[in-house]
Amino acid sequence: MLELKNVSFTVDTDGGDLEIINDVSLTVPDGSFTVITGPNGGGKSTMAKLIMGIEKPTSGRIFYNGEDITELSVTERAKKGIGYAFQQPPRFKGLTVRRLLSLAAGSELPEDECCGYLTGVGLCSKDYLNREMDASLSGGEAKRIEIATLMARNLGLAIFDEPEAGIDLWSFSMLVESFKSMSRDKHNSVIVISHQERIMSLADRMAVIAGGRLKSEGTKEEILPTLMGEFTQQCEFRGKEGL
Amino acid sequence: MEKLDSLLLQEIAGMHDIPMGAYNIRKNGEGLSRRSTANIEIRTKSDKPGIDIIVAPGTVNESVHIPVIITETGVDDLVYNDFFIGEGADVLIVAGCGIHNAGSSKSQHDGIHTFHIGKNARVKYVEKHYGEGEGTGERILNPVTVVEQDENSSCEMEMVQIRGVDSTKRDTKASLGAGAKLIVTERLLTHGRQEALSNIEVNLNGPDSSAQIVSRTVAKDSSKQVFYYNAVGNEKCRAHVQCDSIIMDGATVSSIPGITANSAYAQIIHEAAIGRINNDQLTKLMTFGLNEEEAEEVIISGFLK
Repeated sequence: MLELKNVSFTVDTDGGDLEIINDVSLTVPDGSFTVITGPNGGGKSTMAKLIMGIEKPTSGRIFYNGEDITELSVTERAKKGIGYAFQQPPRFKGLTVRRLLSLAAGSELPEDECCGYLTGVGLCSKDYLNREMDASLSGGEAKRIEIATLMARNLGLAIFDEPEAGIDLWSFSMLVESFKSMSRDKHNSVIVISHQERIMSLADRMAVIAGGRLKSEGTKEEILPTLMGEFTQQCEFRGKEGL
Repeated sequence: MEKLDSLLLQEIAGMHDIPMGAYNIRKNGEGLSRRSTANIEIRTKSDKPGIDIIVAPGTVNESVHIPVIITETGVDDLVYNDFFIGEGADVLIVAGCGIHNAGSSKSQHDGIHTFHIGKNARVKYVEKHYGEGEGTGERILNPVTVVEQDENSSCEMEMVQIRGVDSTKRDTKASLGAGAKLIVTERLLTHGRQEALSNIEVNLNGPDSSAQIVSRTVAKDSSKQVFYYNAVGNEKCRAHVQCDSIIMDGATVSSIPGITANSAYAQIIHEAAIGRINNDQLTKLMTFGLNEEEAEEVIISGFLK
């Protein structure tokens, strides 16, 4: 179980402190599939980075399986079973896709296992296994390989930051299926940051982050209808202003 | 073979024992052992130190190992090795120099290698340089490589220097005939106060010749690297020069590109980049459970592979 207690994150800017995350408390139960959604720039990715340890909260505490992990490094959190798929995966000259998957798994992976993960994200495995994870890959390809690196692990908590970004429509259905099976078979809990309704439809729980605050949280059944309502309201409002 | 000799040979030539095929092992400025085969003759030069390696036309799937090891301090070794590769031959040549300097005087090896590659012949050349030893004496390697390629020949050169060489000045010059193809890959890691200078000039003289020069280097600590690469297209040809360096700590790297077209049909491209390992790369690997040093090592070894 992951618990965020009164977590805030502030950065220094020229114009003074800028609050990115403001007093967020959130619980991600064991075995759950949680989707975090909300407007762009609302603080969702920062939340993911705070959980992974890439950023440290300015105040508040983060607990994982009852242990306070607020001060732990990325490496230490990874060793405790937390994984994170980047929104924009970094590229590595000279590092092959196969090596990257093996590094993720923590041991040299047999070819058929690597192929299985790549197929799971809609890539023809034999074309990619020995390709370098460098700038020659398109954004969508790199993104799918990034997702595959989390498939190669058995995690207590897997976090995906907008996995759908850059993925074409044709591959998206397959990706949704992969998420379904991943949450069932591989990882204990999954957090996905997403705007996609089809990903949201997989969720047990949802949280809405806007303006750095936790706006609402609950089951999918509770939250999804309010999101649609909010969208309609905003549109109506804009429509009226336009008049 | 002594233990130190075999360790050095393993490091530079991947040799666990006496290799198959033709070989010549040079130790501390003198020949240690040699074998010629029916198709590959190795003979001592009569006018200067060094050997001629003569590969008969049509020789295929054979190899030549010519490693040099220096285990004493104060050795200054200059050697001329000439390779004559007959028409249609296809051979692997493994060279390299390993220096173990346990003393306080400098030990140096300057290997002047000249390749005459015949029509339609193919050569794969692997050269590894390595230095070690607890002494304060410098370990210096200044190789000169000259390549002359006849029509439709192909040459792939892999030149590697990973750790332990205090100072190196590498000069490589190639001339390509019609349809000839050259691929040079240079991989270099410097650390401490080491200095490395590499000059590569490729002259594409024949129509439809092509060259690819790839350099991947890592400069750590306060080491210095300088590269002058020049591809000269004198005919309808293609050349691609690509230099990539990772810079760390207080190191300096200069990459000075030169491309020259003396024909309107020459297509020559140069790409160069110098940069440090970025934080996202380190963080990504740390999310797999690697610590920062391990992540750095993975990035560097992948880059130099």
